[in-house]
Amino acid sequence: MRYLTDRKRAVGKGASGSGTEHYWWMTMSSVALAFLVPTFIFVFGSAIGGTQEEVIAHFARPFPAILTGLVTLVGMRHFAKGAQVMLEDYTQGSLRKGLVILVYSLSYVITALVLYALAKMTFLSIVLNSAN
Amino acid sequence: MAEPKRVERPLSPFMIGPYYRPQMTSMSSILTRITGNALIAGFVLGAWWLIAAVSSPGYFGFVNWIVTSWLGYLVFAGMAWAMWYHYLTGLRHLLWDTGKGLDIETAEKLGWGAIIGSVVLTLLTLIILAIF
Ligand code: HEM
Repeated sequence: MRYLTDRKRAVGKGASGSGTEHYWWMTMSSVALAFLVPTFIFVFGSAIGGTQEEVIAHFARPFPAILTGLVTLVGMRHFAKGAQVMLEDYTQGSLRKGLVILVYSLSYVITALVLYALAKMTFLSIVLNSAN
Repeated sequence: MAEPKRVERPLSPFMIGPYYRPQMTSMSSILTRITGNALIAGFVLGAWWLIAAVSSPGYFGFVNWIVTSWLGYLVFAGMAWAMWYHYLTGLRHLLWDTGKGLDIETAEKLGWGAIIGSVVLTLLTLIILAIF
């Protein structure tokens, strides 16, 4: 005990248990999304309405693929942590824990689905191109 | 070691409505929360559509039919507005974090800016996407 500084003893004792970590993460991810989202809206929106071949070719290009991957990765973490704040405001106890787990799981599942789809699109377009 | 006392922390009281007159500041704030969380609907629909694009043509036809139906367009148009609104009020948060713009007059102006700005940006987005 004697070897601990006062600061060290205080760390983790606040209501959050993690200091300002969560808040700082929201700030960082919102700055990242502020740069990514405007372009993404048009990259994603312009793909809607295409045939299956067109949609695959669209997202197989490097820029749309990387941008969509980044927005999904950062956006889903930002969503999960943001939704957690809302749940912590309105719910308590086991219900809160359950719902936070649900929201985190949902965000990870969506991330995995999008990354899988993007990877397969790149693969499919290589196969389709070399077949022609 | 003494038994750690379990404290049921109180929830933050929900003030809007019977206790607190709706104002530009509180309304634009709660809309940030609503739009941020609502955006998950766009990611769910988008991820489903991308997965369908790497599935069988029949399955893509089914999901694409939903995405390009009036309901699908309504959802994505709504997502465009939610994104722009959340974007603008997100920037407002980042400004507030620097300690600026916190007086009531400026905060209310920024609220109107986010509401009007998000509608204008959404219309612009839809017009540009319709042309290209
Ligand atoms: C990928 C799209 C996005 C999603 C799904 C999303 C979702 C969310 C959610 C659910 C919250 C929690 C709201 C609450 O406190 O209850 C939130 C908060 C926040 N978002 Fe986003 N967001 C997105 C994009 C953005 C962008 C582009 C920005 C920046 C321009 C941004 C800035 C913020 C900020 C600053 C907060 C914290 C607000 C606060 O402290 O109350 N977000 N977001």
